[in-house]
Amino acid sequence: MSHSAYGIPITWFLTLGAMLFCIGLFGMMVRRSAIGMLLSVELMLNAANINFIAFGSYLKLPTIAGQIFAIFVITLAAAEAAVGLAIVINIYRLEQHVDVDKMTAMKL
Amino acid sequence: MIEHAWLIPLLPVIAFGLVLLFGRKAPGNGAYVAIAAICASLAMSLAVAFQWFLGGASAAHNGLYSVTIQWMPVGSQMIDMGFSIDALSVVMLLVVTIVASLVQIYSIGYMHGDPRYPRYFAYHSLFAAAMLTLVIANNVVLMFMSWELVGLTSYLLIGFWFERPSAMRAAKKAFLVTRVGDVGFLAGIILIYLKTGSLNLFGDAGVFENLTRLDVIGPWGLPLTAIAGLLLFCGAVGKSAQFPLHVWLPDAMEGPTPVSALIHAATMVAAGVYLVARMYPVYLADSSGMALQVVAYVGAFTALFAATIGIAQNDIKRVLAYSTVSQLGYMIMSLGVFGYVAGMFHLFTHAFFKANLFLGSGSVIHGTGTQDIREMGGLKKKMPWTYWTFLISTLSLCGIPFVTAGGWSKEEILAVAWHTNRVVFVVGVLGAFTTAFYMFRLVYKTFYGEPRKHDIHAHESPRVMLVPLVILAFLAIFAGYVGTPWANVFERNLVPVLGHHYEQVLENKLAGMHHGFNLTVFLFATGSALLGIFMATIIWLKPVLRIEKLEPSFGWLAKLVENKYYIDEIYQATIIRGLMAAAWLAFAFDKWVIDYAIVNGVGYLTRLASDLWGWFDRTFVDGLVNIIGWITKTTGSALRYLQTGVAQHYIFLLVSALVVISLAVIAGHIREEAWIPIAGFYR
Repeated sequence: MSHSAYGIPITWFLTLGAMLFCIGLFGMMVRRSAIGMLLSVELMLNAANINFIAFGSYLKLPTIAGQIFAIFVITLAAAEAAVGLAIVINIYRLEQHVDVDKMTAMKL
Repeated sequence: MIEHAWLIPLLPVIAFGLVLLFGRKAPGNGAYVAIAAICASLAMSLAVAFQWFLGGASAAHNGLYSVTIQWMPVGSQMIDMGFSIDALSVVMLLVVTIVASLVQIYSIGYMHGDPRYPRYFAYHSLFAAAMLTLVIANNVVLMFMSWELVGLTSYLLIGFWFERPSAMRAAKKAFLVTRVGDVGFLAGIILIYLKTGSLNLFGDAGVFENLTRLDVIGPWGLPLTAIAGLLLFCGAVGKSAQFPLHVWLPDAMEGPTPVSALIHAATMVAAGVYLVARMYPVYLADSSGMALQVVAYVGAFTALFAATIGIAQNDIKRVLAYSTVSQLGYMIMSLGVFGYVAGMFHLFTHAFFKANLFLGSGSVIHGTGTQDIREMGGLKKKMPWTYWTFLISTLSLCGIPFVTAGGWSKEEILAVAWHTNRVVFVVGVLGAFTTAFYMFRLVYKTFYGEPRKHDIHAHESPRVMLVPLVILAFLAIFAGYVGTPWANVFERNLVPVLGHHYEQVLENKLAGMHHGFNLTVFLFATGSALLGIFMATIIWLKPVLRIEKLEPSFGWLAKLVENKYYIDEIYQATIIRGLMAAAWLAFAFDKWVIDYAIVNGVGYLTRLASDLWGWFDRTFVDGLVNIIGWITKTTGSALRYLQTGVAQHYIFLLVSALVVISLAVIAGHIREEAWIPIAGFYR
């Protein structure tokens, strides 16, 4: 018997999560803009969130561990976005661009 | 006092240290310190002598007082040191301290103004200490040590004026020639120790009590006792300048004249005679009698041989030096013909008159500034004190009977020789004649006639030099009265030193000898001396016999004698040349075989091996290291392209790797049919 909250098999959720993750990953790899990369990171984090929630409801245990993890991830993502965007803005102020390929100040 | 006799040599040692270190600040530039020490030793020696001979200590101690302490352990053997007082030591103590103190006092005048004045007195003190140790040592090791020490001080004092090359050479010669004899002495000590097992002379375990153990037949069929005696005699030959090792003593006259008087006439050279006398039981224990015969003939030969050389010498000190060699030969000869007492007696009297002669010659040299008797003459009026003391000692040396000390001792020697060995007796009489002859030649040439060189302004020496001369002249007359044939105190005291057993042996050897005055011997001895004086007088004082007339017939002989029988030249040609050749051979061996073949060869081979090894190292070891480095470098530069610094490239790599790994894992699961549980989720 396949169980899910609304009769939807978990495979669907996992597939959605995987697709979302791959999109994020692809974005991570190809975007030149630091903003774009931060967006991609958000996508991957949310792909993980979908998995947490899906497994959380699928296990049918009297717990909300999946949701709690998702909340943590959202919090983490917010913090990460805040710090990341602050860095990006500062870089922009310094160099008038956000192209990660050109950010070579710390290269040897 | 006898218990404290060890202080006698100790005081001069202390003086030596003090004068050497603080000489320039000490009173009298160090001279007074040294003289105070030696005079204290003299006082103590006199005290010991009085206590021993007159105070009955000799009887109380049964003729020998000996104290021994442990010195140093060598393996399981303990070497002792100690001193002994017996008649022989006491006589020697007296001789050494009397002459040494007088000579040191005399040196104040003679050495006045010398730049190394304190050092001179320091050496004198060291000499006195060593000599005094030698005469009271009761142990052969201590004897040998002090024996070498007197040799050292002799070397230092002969070469005292080392700025003069001749003095330097003479010092070296003296040291090396006496060393030849000392090797024999040391070998003798070792032999005696091996057989008797003792280094101490006295006591139940001592050498003299155990001489029977030495009575074994050694190499060449010689009894070991004779070999031991001969080896010890080698030391005496070196030190007492007997033929063939006499060559150093005349050269030793390069030292200051007081040194010649003390060391090379009165005391140190007599140490050889003392050694033979001290070890006399060894010679008496030699039943073959061979050792003593060698001693007798070496002594007799030297006595006559050196006396003849003395005739033709023109250096005042050299004449006296050959006279010393000759007189030492007399003593040695006397010991060789069982004249144990006579030999020591002659040593005793000779020390005084010969020291006096040397000090007198020093006074002459001091007054005239020359040593050549051809340049002197007519000094009798200008130096009366020197002349009279010199004459007294000359008469004593010639052996004028009844009034001089030398007369008594020489006659005693001839008396013993008359009894035991007539050949030696004849040689002795000839020696006595020759001695009188050359001594009066010396006196006439020095003190009589007219001054032969007019730029010499002779003057009498200062009083500090004359007082010792007078005292010694006094002794040159009166020292002999202890040993007159009628009341021979000397003999009575000296013979018991041998111990009961050997005293008996000596008695037997001299059995039948006429004790007391011997008219035949007296006539021979006195006649030869007077004849010698007469001959000298008619040749040099009242030239009845002109040397020029003798020249054609005796010219070659004169030349031979004047050149000392070419002994030095013979040594130069044989021994020294031989040694030089040996040294050259050793040098060549060293240079070509050791240095060139072995050392350089090993060096060359080592270098060759190192070269090979170095090549291997550079090629293979370094090559390996370089290859590793090269690989690392190449790999590194290849991998460098991965390290772009672009984060997205890393992510790409990461994802690629993840994909590959995931595919591999999935493929693995599929192969293991692990997909079935996963597939179970579909159900």
